[in-house]
Amino acid sequence: MNDNDTGWLLRVRNLTKIYGDPISNSVQYTGPKFGSNICPETDAIVACAEINFDLYPGEVLGVVGESGSGKSTLVQLLYFDQAATSGEVRFSALDGGQTNILTLSNQRKRHMRNHLMGMVYQNPRDGLNFNFSAGGNIAEKLLMAGNFHVGRIRERASYLLEKTEVPVKRMDNTPATFSGGMQQRVQISKAIANNPPLLFLDEVTSGLDVSVQAKVLDLIRHLQRELGISMIVVSHDLAVIRMLTDRTMVLKNGRIVEAGLTDQILQDPQDAYTQLLVSSLL
Amino acid sequence: MITAKKFQHTYNYGFIDETTKKEIRRKLLKAVAIPGYQVPYSSPEMPIARGWGTGGLHASLSLIGPDDVFKIIDQGSDASVNACNLRDFVKRMTGCKTTFDTGEATLIQTRHRKPEEILTERQIIVFQVPQPEPLRSVERYEFKTRQMHAEADYAKMWVSLYESYVKFGAIMQGAGYPVRVNGRYIMTPSPIPRWDVPNLSMAPCLHVFSAGREKRLHCVPPWTKVEPLEFEDVKFCVEEFRDIVCAASGGDRAFMDEIYESETARKFVMNDSNFLDKVRAGTRPPQRLFTNPAPEPSAT
Repeated sequence: MNDNDTGWLLRVRNLTKIYGDPISNSVQYTGPKFGSNICPETDAIVACAEINFDLYPGEVLGVVGESGSGKSTLVQLLYFDQAATSGEVRFSALDGGQTNILTLSNQRKRHMRNHLMGMVYQNPRDGLNFNFSAGGNIAEKLLMAGNFHVGRIRERASYLLEKTEVPVKRMDNTPATFSGGMQQRVQISKAIANNPPLLFLDEVTSGLDVSVQAKVLDLIRHLQRELGISMIVVSHDLAVIRMLTDRTMVLKNGRIVEAGLTDQILQDPQDAYTQLLVSSLL
Repeated sequence: MITAKKFQHTYNYGFIDETTKKEIRRKLLKAVAIPGYQVPYSSPEMPIARGWGTGGLHASLSLIGPDDVFKIIDQGSDASVNACNLRDFVKRMTGCKTTFDTGEATLIQTRHRKPEEILTERQIIVFQVPQPEPLRSVERYEFKTRQMHAEADYAKMWVSLYESYVKFGAIMQGAGYPVRVNGRYIMTPSPIPRWDVPNLSMAPCLHVFSAGREKRLHCVPPWTKVEPLEFEDVKFCVEEFRDIVCAASGGDRAFMDEIYESETARKFVMNDSNFLDKVRAGTRPPQRLFTNPAPEPSAT
């Protein structure tokens, strides 16, 4: 991870998110060294800090860590669901990565979300509007990318639902009437509706039964191969990470404690926490 | 002798005090400057309940002067109870001349219709608006709808139109069809029928929309583009009164009221009462008529 490297899609430097009342020492006195992400002076929560990484086109990056380690916050910051406290994120698809995308106006951030990114949340209720039909949810993404032709929207939505193995006949039902696995697959259809170069997957398979889990993972891997999408996959499940990702970062108390090739991290973990994580799950 | 001063009270010209009028006029100027943007305003107490035309009265009484000729209609009719009472009130508070003649009026207050007759540069039309927020049906929180307007985030509005088309095969919004004003803000034209919506665009008169209960006003200035929201393949359409003739005047090509005479028989009468009178007298005024686009065969 060198600053002079080129060819990256997403470059993240010093990304920090602090909830509450940060002081200059908040970052210094928290982290794995202290075993906590709560600032001892102000009780501010350092959800993630000093996050540095590059993501390359077509690459799948895994983010693992215990609950509360800042995994979800990290992708939510990148998807603009939350505002970062400080840091820099550059995206090569936007004016060659000249701009720190965290400083863009809300309108331009939404434009990026609609054209260049997709997100699949752990809870389908976060990613889908249950008052709209499944087709309507996919249409939302297409409409916002400037597609105002109902016939073409429906064509694209059917194609996506077919791809994700949701019965096209149920396109005009609301996701509330779907099973959890189907909801998750509708979310994936919505996320990839505009062929975004970057996709965030936040615990996509948690809460699904094992056979559906396998199907969803299969689908994601298939789509990734076919469309060459770069992905950031957040999971606490090492099996998911092993199956999907090329590279992995291990998060603890909001910091990256170890990063490297997925196989290497799972076979030969260096950091004490990663060793614990790998040994307890194997 | 004790005099009952209570009954000697006189009101300020136009009922509302001058400072408040000034405030409302300033808000109107802002609304004209930002077409389609909802401007919050004071909405002072009136002698009628909010939601019964107070917004319209606020705008009318702040704009009216001694030389104005005032006309007020309710669903096209000069003679409905709401219109009559508000006309009496405005007359008593200003001493202005009132009229039924759309062409003669300089200030027209209306509920749920725009007159058929083409309005001119010297006319202002004030709409009584029950709900000024077009996004209310898709987003219930005010702070969120304001943010959506600020960022031109109209995704939910579009999806609701898509959903309506998918469910019913057509966009079902009958009154208050959402429009985009001057290429920016999405606005509700108050519950006027679709028939009137194309007449807002590039019109010579000033349109003022005022919601007293919601304390918001917005404007469509003269010669401003107003586009109803539509898809590339599902176009906006007005009501079609095909082969229907007005039972009272024999005329057609106007917004019609459907009147049931018995369980089986019905007839249609022109909704705009002044327009109907003129058609009957043989002096049909010029109208702007909208032709529906031919349906696209490929639409599914």
